[in-house]
Amino acid sequence: MDGIMSENNSEYLIERNDNIYEVVIGLEVHAQVTSNSKLFSPSSTKFGAEPNTQVSLVDAAFPGMLPVINEYCVKQAIKTGIGLKAKINNKSVFDRKNYFYADLPQGYQISQYKYPIVGEGNVILDMPEGQKQVGIERLHLEQDAGKSIHDVDPSNTLVDLNRSGVALMEIVSKPDLRSPDEVNAYIKKLRSIMRYLGTCDGNMQEGSLRADVNVSVRIKGSTDLGTRCEIKNVNSIKFMQMAIIYEANRQVDLIEEGEEIDQETRLFDTKKNETRSMRSKEDAHDYRYFPDPDLLPLEVTDEFINQVKSEIPELPDDKKKRFIDEFKVSPYEATILVSDIDTAEYFEEVVAKMGKNRDMKLAVNWITGELFAVLNNKNIEIVQSPISAKNLAKLINLIKNGTISGKIAKTIFELMLDGDIDPQIIVEEKGLKQESDPKALEALIDKIINDNREKAIEYKQGKEKLFGFFVGQAMKASGGKANPQLINEILKKKL
Amino acid sequence: MTEITSLSLFELIKNIKEKKISSNEATKSFVDRSQKSKKLNAYLTENFENCLKLSKEFDNKPNFDLKLPGIPIAVKDLFCTNEVRTTAGSNILNNFVPSYESTVTQNIWNEGGILLGKLNCDEFAMGSSNETSFFGNVQNPIAKDLVPGGSSGGSSAALAANLTPVTIGTDTGGSIRQPASFTGTVGLKPTYGSCSRYGIVAFASSLDQAGPMSKDVKDCSILLEVISSFDKKDSTSIDFKRNNYSSELNRNIKGIKIGIPKEYRVDGMPDEIENLWKKGIEYAKDCGAEIIDISLPHTSYALPTYYIVAPAEASSNLARYDGVKYGLRSSGESLIDMYEKTRSEGFGEEVKRRIMIGTYVLSSGYYDAYYLKAQKVRQLIKQDFDQAYNKVDAILTPSTPSSAFKIGEKSNDPVSMYLNDIFTVPVNLAGLPGISIPAGTDKNNYPLGLQIIGKPFDEQTVLNIAYSMEERINYKNNITDWWME
Repeated sequence: MDGIMSENNSEYLIERNDNIYEVVIGLEVHAQVTSNSKLFSPSSTKFGAEPNTQVSLVDAAFPGMLPVINEYCVKQAIKTGIGLKAKINNKSVFDRKNYFYADLPQGYQISQYKYPIVGEGNVILDMPEGQKQVGIERLHLEQDAGKSIHDVDPSNTLVDLNRSGVALMEIVSKPDLRSPDEVNAYIKKLRSIMRYLGTCDGNMQEGSLRADVNVSVRIKGSTDLGTRCEIKNVNSIKFMQMAIIYEANRQVDLIEEGEEIDQETRLFDTKKNETRSMRSKEDAHDYRYFPDPDLLPLEVTDEFINQVKSEIPELPDDKKKRFIDEFKVSPYEATILVSDIDTAEYFEEVVAKMGKNRDMKLAVNWITGELFAVLNNKNIEIVQSPISAKNLAKLINLIKNGTISGKIAKTIFELMLDGDIDPQIIVEEKGLKQESDPKALEALIDKIINDNREKAIEYKQGKEKLFGFFVGQAMKASGGKANPQLINEILKKKL
Repeated sequence: MTEITSLSLFELIKNIKEKKISSNEATKSFVDRSQKSKKLNAYLTENFENCLKLSKEFDNKPNFDLKLPGIPIAVKDLFCTNEVRTTAGSNILNNFVPSYESTVTQNIWNEGGILLGKLNCDEFAMGSSNETSFFGNVQNPIAKDLVPGGSSGGSSAALAANLTPVTIGTDTGGSIRQPASFTGTVGLKPTYGSCSRYGIVAFASSLDQAGPMSKDVKDCSILLEVISSFDKKDSTSIDFKRNNYSSELNRNIKGIKIGIPKEYRVDGMPDEIENLWKKGIEYAKDCGAEIIDISLPHTSYALPTYYIVAPAEASSNLARYDGVKYGLRSSGESLIDMYEKTRSEGFGEEVKRRIMIGTYVLSSGYYDAYYLKAQKVRQLIKQDFDQAYNKVDAILTPSTPSSAFKIGEKSNDPVSMYLNDIFTVPVNLAGLPGISIPAGTDKNNYPLGLQIIGKPFDEQTVLNIAYSMEERINYKNNITDWWME
């Protein structure tokens, strides 16, 4: 049933009888613009407020109320466009998309149809088999609708308009994605870029990032596009992947049975793990788009665009390159470190705090190993890390300068978790400083060899495995504090 | 002395400033007369008690620096007024009480004006006779069973009947100028973007414009000065330097070039309109203006263009009246059922007709043929005026192709009704200022108006020409108070 996944790449193919199919995916991502107020009104956009407490007369479409564009949202869209290496259009037009629904107070959504604010661009994905470029078709600004709540009152639908009028960026990709893995990478990359830019928090639980997924299939090698189905409003990467797998296989089955695929809009049922038809092309809404006469065409000058450009921070692709060049980390490590802006910032702070004698290898390993494990266990983000970058840098330096062993460091790390304690203090208070005095260690090792003379002879006769036994005994005798490197040296000499 | 209610706004202000009349006295006079004039059906909501109270407050603490010191003013019921019912002449907003104030009315209150009441109008301003109002037709004080024009029919009737010293209307295709013409009063539609649309119930956003209606041109200039303002709450409001229209008003129009567009000589135009126009040309010449023949070649496309653009925008603007948030809600078995019942019961025939037309012309497959083409023609109509204004400073035309007609005469013939707007719609499509001034009468002694169209933002020239011609024409309404109780 499921696709064949080859070991080392993210390809997704479906084999039926003698045919091999590939899946063609395009995404329309709806990203909520990070802004204090809505796209056309001064109401707050804060998540989680009491229903209908963040609704202005404009949001509720009272008679005679008019939209006024929020310049900050325009700037955010342009910023995002620049982050997507896209063309910024000096002139764009807001249109009305007309349809009736209880949570759409105006009876139309203000969106951009023919003339979006951002044109073509691209995003680079780091896949196991190498980089892949995904085309961006366009990005446009639009209003979000309110929320209909069907499950609170048994006989009524309740409407919450807090979200009504919040600014969204609809980012439309070209049909360049070929597998659930690529979709995963694409969403994460998009999210990463927007978080770097501060234009969308990318919080999928709060609905800040949702997507309509367009799926079609074709015989691998073909260049024609098959009939596509659009799966509406999927709000997690996992669900997107599940929906794609289900939908692609459904379409292949239909083709294999000699049936036609209807171009239609479908919904993904997360409980049953299947997509269901929502409406066919024939029933498609006629949205009667036309330019909103309440708003003039949106004009942005080159000066304004250049001003925004000058405010663009270092983005993940550039940061990755710099990490590789400057810190000599591997491309794989760099990808992990830059994927999230907070991780990248944490890493850079650790590097800075390590000072001159910095050890990149240790820094990367401790962050992506021990620290990530703790964050995962606690289900928290790196900005909430119980250990500050400063103290982690100190811990790494203590290892690097031989004050403590890596093993002791793990013990200290555990102790640091309880209130971000300075590792130096733990070392001093618990007496965990590494024993690096050769004379003391020699005396200790002499005693061990004496106590285990038979084993020492066996070792000399060639039973090299016993070397580990002596190291273990020495560490044990020192209470774990002995410098392992010195132990090795002394043992080799004495044995 | 002359009755207070027949004073012009200018005279009334003068009397109040000279403390010859108090705001409360003036208000009482207008309230009394309004109460005796219920037969006209001009008012939809009376604010008499509150107005009297506020006039007393004004008198206790008068501020004579204001432009409308303690002046009671009734306004078209398309302007949202804080805490005062605003219906737009529709059943769907029958019980709607806004919690906010339109910018235009706020400007009036800021200058000392006091709300006297809300005036009847065609439903959502869609009509030319005030017959589409859910609250019944309005009588033209000129003669019994005569329409007062529309959509600002309550405004024109109240003004002509001296129930309010001045008033404001809105004009999407002629809704200020045509009723002014039908009632022997003055009505100005300013340049699109002069008066804020914030808080005005929208009909067709790219055409709607509020404007002053008055008994004479001087009053018109005073009121325009008050209501015209740049407003950040309306994205189509324009920040241009506005004149002090009333103090800059003068009759020196010597050498001003006035264009006469040959395309306005339409087939079947009654002789009395043709004659009025000819007389108007003579009056303008007498005032020192130079008359120049011009051509506005796309004029004949204006009406069909208007009847695509305006309904298209209206169909979308009126989608918000769905029974969910405010206004009328009929109960239904499902959401769709509720929508259908609410909108069927809430909207009248003419509004439904225009929603249907608008929905149709925006539908996929028809959009290019109708809406897009109409937008292109609209550009051509604009260009016609641009080119004409290379040669002339203003344009003179009749305001309407006929005088006021009888109630019921055209209500079953929408196309004949639409033809009433033939001289006024091009002005809205081009976003220009246009004024109608009374200029004569027809064989029944019903008033007829002339329209002066100006360059964008050149209301001053329009007013000055009107001011000069008004003096020369010396028109007086002959009103008998036949309706008074």
